[in-house]
Order: sequence, then C-alpha cells, then structure tokens
Amino acid sequence: MPFDFNFMVGGEAGQGVQSVGFLLAKVFARGGYYIFADQDYESRIRGGHNFFRVRVSDDNIGAIAEKVDILIALNMESIQLHQPEMATEGITIFDGEKTKEVSGNRGSLFSVPLEKLAEEKAGGKLMVNTVALGAALAAVNYDLSILNTVVVDWLGKGEVADKNIAAAKAGYDFVRSEHKSHFPKIKRLPEAKRMLLTGNEAIALGAIASGCKFMAAYPMTPASSIMEYMAAKSKDFDLVMVHSEDEIAAINMAIGAAYAGARAMTATSGSGLCLMVEGIGLAGITETPIVIIDGQRPGPAVGLPTRTEQGDLQFVLHAHHGDFPRAVLAPATIEDAFWTTIKAFNWAERYQLPVIILTDQHLASSYATIERLDASQVTIDRGELFSEKEDNPMEYMRHRVTKSGISPRAFPGLGKALVVTDCDEHDEKGHLTEDAKERTAQVQKRLRKLLPLKKEVGTPRKYGLRGAETTLIGWGSTYGAIREAVDILRKEDASVNMLHLSELWPFPTKAVTDAIGRARDTYVVENNATGQLARLIKAETGYDVGGRILKFDGRPFTPTYVAGAVRKGES
Amino acid sequence: MVTMSDYAGLKPTWCPGCGNFGILRALNKALVEMKVEPYQVLLVSGIGQAGKLPHYTRGNVFNSLHGRPIPPAIGAKIANSKLIVIAISGDGDAYGEGGNHFLHAARRNHDITYLIHDNQVYGLTKGQASPTSDVGYVTKTTPYGAASPLNPVALAVVSGASFVGRGFAGDIDHLANLIKKGVTHRGFAVIDILQPCVSFNHKNTFQWYGERVYRLEDEKYDPRNKKAALEKALEWGERIPIGVVYEEDLPVYEDQLPALSKGPLVRHEIDPARVEKLFTEFV
Repeated sequence: MPFDFNFMVGGEAGQGVQSVGFLLAKVFARGGYYIFADQDYESRIRGGHNFFRVRVSDDNIGAIAEKVDILIALNMESIQLHQPEMATEGITIFDGEKTKEVSGNRGSLFSVPLEKLAEEKAGGKLMVNTVALGAALAAVNYDLSILNTVVVDWLGKGEVADKNIAAAKAGYDFVRSEHKSHFPKIKRLPEAKRMLLTGNEAIALGAIASGCKFMAAYPMTPASSIMEYMAAKSKDFDLVMVHSEDEIAAINMAIGAAYAGARAMTATSGSGLCLMVEGIGLAGITETPIVIIDGQRPGPAVGLPTRTEQGDLQFVLHAHHGDFPRAVLAPATIEDAFWTTIKAFNWAERYQLPVIILTDQHLASSYATIERLDASQVTIDRGELFSEKEDNPMEYMRHRVTKSGISPRAFPGLGKALVVTDCDEHDEKGHLTEDAKERTAQVQKRLRKLLPLKKEVGTPRKYGLRGAETTLIGWGSTYGAIREAVDILRKEDASVNMLHLSELWPFPTKAVTDAIGRARDTYVVENNATGQLARLIKAETGYDVGGRILKFDGRPFTPTYVAGAVRKGES
Repeated sequence: MVTMSDYAGLKPTWCPGCGNFGILRALNKALVEMKVEPYQVLLVSGIGQAGKLPHYTRGNVFNSLHGRPIPPAIGAKIANSKLIVIAISGDGDAYGEGGNHFLHAARRNHDITYLIHDNQVYGLTKGQASPTSDVGYVTKTTPYGAASPLNPVALAVVSGASFVGRGFAGDIDHLANLIKKGVTHRGFAVIDILQPCVSFNHKNTFQWYGERVYRLEDEKYDPRNKKAALEKALEWGERIPIGVVYEEDLPVYEDQLPALSKGPLVRHEIDPARVEKLFTEFV
C-alpha cells in the first residue's frame, strides 16, 4: 500500500487557510513526497467557510482523497462541518481556549492554545494559523527545519519570517509535550526536487515559455491568477499584460496583437467567454492565431463563481455563428497544462485559428507536484511565414488560396508587404467581397486547415485493463480521479479501464471509436449535468455511451466517489 | 517620394457626394504630407460606411467588428510600437457599440489616432438614429424621436483623451492638418469629423455646416486649458468650432510598459530556455 496521508485546513476567509495549506503542501513536497492539494472557497473576502486539502503520498497521486487524517480547525464550524470526512483515528487540532464545547467528533481532539501561543511566542494573533501548522507537523513528528527553510524562501529573511518560524515552533513544541499522537512519524524521503504548482501557474509558465508576448484579460475567477502571474513576470520576460475594460476588449486586443505578429492570449471563465464569443469568429475569419483559456465554473450566468464544473464543452465547440475551424484542448493534469499551452500556441500559429484551452476551477487552483519541467523540450513553430527575400511583397495576399488552406503570414510594418484582412468575407488580398466564388473559396480554404490539424490530435490516454468490460470515459481535469478509481476497482478485480481525452477538437474519431467498440459497458464521468462529452461522442462516432456518472454540485470528483458510482452501476 | 497615387485604393462604394470622400482625401493628404509610406501605417476600422475606408486607401488594414476598432488597434500598437496606428469609426461604431472602449482608451491614453466619421445617422443600415442624432429625430426605429445626443468632443475631454479635435469633411485642407496633428501627438488623439450624409441626414448638410463652422486657429484660443476646452466642446448651433479643442502632454500607456523599451515586441526573439529560472521558484 502506498503511503497516503491527508490534511485539511478549515476556517473563515481571511484566517490564513490558503497560506497554511500552501505551506503544508510545500513542506511535504520538499520532503520528497508527492502532493495533490485543492482549495474550496466561497465568493467572499472575509467570513464563510473555506478549506484547503493536502494529500501527501509516496505515489504519484492526481486527485484529492475524501478521508481526513489531520484537521487543522481554525474555527468551530470547521470541526462540525468536516466530521463526516474525519478518519476514525484522525486528529483535530483546534484552539481549546477559544472553542470550549466540542462533542460527537470522530478521532482525537488536540486542544492547542493557538491564539495564546501566537501572542506569547510570535508577537500577535496573526500568527494563529502558523502555530496550528507547527502543531499539525508535530502530530506526525515531521522535521520542522524543512518548514523553516520554506518560510524563508517564501517570505524572505527578516522579522516576518522569524515570527512565523517562532509561531510554528510554539505549536510544534506544545503538541510534542502535551499530546501523544498515535500517527507514526512521517519521515523525510530522499530529495526529489519536484515542482509544486497550480494549473494556472503551469499555464502561465507554458505561455511564457511559448514566447507569448501579449495578454489582455479582465479579472474573473478562476482565471485571474494567470493574468496576475503574467503581469508579475512582464518586466523580466519582456511581455505585456493589459487589464482591459471588459472581456470583449480583451479578446479583440489579443487578436490585434496577434495580427501584428506577437503571440497573444486571453484568459477568462465561461461567462467572460460569453462576452468574447464575437472574437472567436473574428479570429476565425481573419485567420488570426490566438489562445483562449476558459477556466470553467458552474453556470449558467454567474452560477457558482468560485467552484468547479465542466459545463462549457459544447459551448466552446460551437461558440460563434458560421463555419470555421478551431481547436479545443483540455489538459488532464497540471503538467499537461504546461505542455498543452505550448501546443496551443503552435497550433494557433500553424493553422491560424483560435485555440481554446478548457480548464476548470479544480485544475486552475489545485496544487500538484510534478517532475521538474524541461524547457529544452519546448518547440516553437510559428507556421508558414511570408518571406520578402523570396517573394515580391507587392504581390502579397494575406488570404491566398492554397492547397493546404494555410496562407503564409506577413506582419504589418515589418516589411513592404501590406497585410490586409477583414471580418467581412474577403478576397485573397483581404479586401471585402460579396462575390459568390470568392466566398466559397475562402470558406473552403479555412475549413481545409482542419484536415492536417486533425492528424495532429493525440490519441486519448488509456489506463487499466486492456479490453476490459467496463470503460470509464472522461476529459480534462478528471483524469487523476478516474485513474485512481480504476486502481480502486481493479483491486476488487473489476474488469475496468479508462479512456481519457484531452484533445477534443478536432475530434479523435478513430481512436475513440476503436476504444469504445471493445467495451461492454461504457460510462462518461463528467462534472456537468447532461453528459456533454457523451453527446460529442454520439455526434462524432455514432456510439451511445450507456452510463453517466455526472456531478454538477460545483465540487470535484474524488476517486472513491467515481468508484462508488461504478459499483452502483449509476446511469 | 510618397505621392497621392501611393494611396490610391479600391474604388469606393459610398453614395455620390458622401462626406466620406472628403475624409478619405484628407487622410491620404495628411499621410503624404507626413511622408509616411503605406506599409508604415495600420488602419483599423469597425463596421459601417466609415469602416470601409481602409479598403479605399492603401496601408495595412484590419477591418474589425462593429464597435471594435479600438481594442485591436491597441493590441497591434503594443505588439509593434513602430506602427502608425489609426482607428476609424462611424458615430454608431464609436459611441454606440464601442462606447466603453472609447472611454477607456481615452483614460489610458494609448498612442493611437481615432477618426470618427460623425454623420449623426446610421448609413449602412439605412437611416436609423445614432447616438449623436439630434433630439427628436424621427426615424423608423425612433418613431417618437431620438433621445438626446451625446457630445463626443466633451466626452473625449472629460474621459482623459490627451488630444481632442473636431474636423469637417467639407474642409479638406483643415482636416488634413488636424489629422497630421493628431497622428503626431503622442497619446490618444480623438478627431470627431462632421460628415454630411447625403442619403439620410437632410438637416446637417454641407451647406448647413458650411454656414456654421469656424476655425479655432483663427481665434485667440488656447487648447491647453481644459476648462475652456470643455466650454468649446459644448458650443453647438449657430457657431460650431473646428480644430484642436484640447491638447495636453500626458503619460502615454505604451511608455510605461517595460517590455517595449527593448524595441517592438514583434522583433523580440523567442527563447524558451529563459523560463528555466522560473521553474526553480516552484521547487
């Protein structure tokens, strides 16, 4: 059995739940463990109930677990709300001087005078969360020096770091002397030097590695942290991030920058994408390469603003009127989010079309450890470019009809070629036309680009027993949960496997047809209410996926949830 | 030597006698007099009869969606700061569909020039009221009369545009000079152009304007006084001022972008290896 241990930090917004959660994840990552951590928060700045789950394992996990071994309860509500998840042998760390009456809880209660220790040993109430972190580390006898290094790396040397270190030590010492933990020591493993990052950070890194020079966006959960990261790195990496007046401006700015020759992107969520829809078609008809990140959250309209869903698949496949090519990618993991972004920029420029990356709140804001990325593996393909050395710039035609459908790009002002394009139907030179033949030729030329693009679409991931009776089919961020559900079911000798799609359009028709055709029972596992992937599979392959394991409460799947649904034969 | 023939584009499809012809000629004249070659210019237009103008001259052209010439113009200017970027709209495009972009481009002071062909009516969709139509103007979509118009010049002044001018399609030399000033100005230069519509606006004709417009340059007028500019912007009726209403040196959005100090973004080399140092921050 792999080592598998789960922490939860619960409290109100503003109590430092996120900081402690991040530090917990980081200290165990530094100690050589694999981490998966997710964040559950409400759409408010103060109050409410937030929690941060950190799963620690010596195996490469890709999902959150339901069981909680140690709960750091920064308020009373956290203790009450999370009783159902507490392991029977679990430990709850709480401030016994602030929270007197605790009854009916599972596991052991470790009363720690968090506030008193913070005031006495670390100079103030603000350090309560760090005292609790120290207490939690003591309950598993973890090496506290790792935390000290992490704190200094995070905050820099100085008074604030010193206070945090003192706070953690106070909590640690208190638990070591006053409580007896039955959990065995979590030992430090050999150093692994893995990266710990969120899906949004992976996307931003991918964009920077791709040479994205321009981003315009409007803040919207869960995509805002991409904007913030890009803005923070704009000086060091010579890029521009414009916080535009609205999403309409954002996508149109990105299109303008891409037309002028810069790699450009925008990022939003579903309801922001609703505003951007006109830009998707503008990029389509002007053949302008752009990358659009849609961090999905439950809709329609504002829906559940801080929560997760996979409800935008059918939307992004069809958003805009008329026929034109586009690509839709949905990274499966945080590592995948980096490489998918690289691919998106290359496809966008090679085929001169909009590429949409579908993530969701779960992938965007969850942390995972990944093996250190290798920038030497990043390739940059800017597609066919017009060369004034080889061709006469006076004869340049931006939308020249070619066999492949791809017209070499020139950039305005970089040479003598005039780059003319239009959101109206246009002739090869880019001037507006209403001529029937020219219209037909341009539509066909644009759609022709899908043929070579379709050949580039990767084969869906397969996992589990080959030729199994039951196939679970998922897409995007559910990869880790479904994969582990297969592991759980395989231990029970179930004949099950997984087919997982992260490159959704153009649709990998043959690979999906072959895989589905072999299974007796098929289920889609989707974070939406209607089985949007099942509909896509039906439309593209003719197959009816019989089972539906759907979740649309705004919360992510866990492996045990998926396994349980398969056992019950949910449909 | 750049000449007017370098700017000879496709044959316009505008109605004979349209005010747009004067604007087209003034723009070409301004660019020729500035010795600018077509390949150095990017014309970004929206939708409407004004939006077709870039096709009838020569240059790089991005004919964008309705109401949206400003955002792609900003994106292109940031991507290649060496381009002379001129955005072109009608009154419906700029002040109706694109109103929000107008306000924020003025506030942020992007280094682009914005020409608005203001004929106080929708031409392309055949004669409906626009955001600048006179109050009470009866059309098929406003049978009880249009609501009161917005004042583009005043709006530009209060929104923070650092150059605000008004031109008249019937005074080509004056308009060409105004466009030259706008293009030379560093920052967001708004030029609202009085454009008679011979098909649908039978009130604001060439003659009507001709009897009313006067040149600010002929008066003792200081365009660097914002309060006076606002007063001028509100003047309408018997006398209508044309020329530079307001001009100020303000911080330019593009100047505060550190990335642009290393030359146009489109000329930067892409080097994925540079990202390695960021990876280390996550270990």
